[in-house]
Amino acid sequence: MIDIAIFATLLILGYIFGTFSEKKHYKSIIEREEKFKNLPTIMLKKPLNPNEIKESKLVNGSVVISIDFFKKFVASLINIFGGNVTVYETLIDRARREAILRMKEDGSTASEIINIRIETSSISQNSKSIGSIEVLAYGTAIYR
Amino acid sequence: MIITNIEQIPNKEIVEHFGVVSGSTVRAKHVGRDIMAGLKNVFGGELVGYTELLSESRDEAIERMTAQAESMGANAILNIRFSTSSVAAGAAELYVYGTAVRVN
Repeated sequence: MIDIAIFATLLILGYIFGTFSEKKHYKSIIEREEKFKNLPTIMLKKPLNPNEIKESKLVNGSVVISIDFFKKFVASLINIFGGNVTVYETLIDRARREAILRMKEDGSTASEIINIRIETSSISQNSKSIGSIEVLAYGTAIYR
Repeated sequence: MIITNIEQIPNKEIVEHFGVVSGSTVRAKHVGRDIMAGLKNVFGGELVGYTELLSESRDEAIERMTAQAESMGANAILNIRFSTSSVAAGAAELYVYGTAVRVN
């Protein structure tokens, strides 16, 4: 009985705090994406007009985001029936966008950032669960 | 030392190749951070401690790679790549590698 009570409490806490932090995070992501709209990030390896370039430098940004208890529970339910695990989709989307934003903050005075790579790896306490994920974004900042 | 992840350095000519250089670190976080992360696993959100830890160790891996390149006589590293793998529960390996060259 106590077990069920603890479980339900964790579930409710996870839902309330998880939803709150996700909303807050998305709001700040959208705000900062608007701010860095004028800094182009390109996948091309070769810069345009290489003669004008003064300096080039490696920039990176990384973030570790954890899942909450409610999402973990929902994901384990979806695992039984199959289908899109939307709760994980938003988690990973947030992490990627945050990593790219931090990379842009690292090279905020650059005129463009080229050859961007994004890497995702999962960090977990035990090997079974997703737990938390790390996303690293890196590229070369070009100063003209 | 110029470090980039593109294949050339704009406006500079490569005069000598030294081959692959690499650096790696394996880090574990201390128990306090693990407990905090366990709590965060209930509430969700960013694990600031882990983010700091991983970026610190990544900087250290870059430093080791740079030291190796300097000892060879290179002054730039091109086309670098990062990779992360978890070795055991609670420890992560950060690996960075690239090509050491000399430019004029």
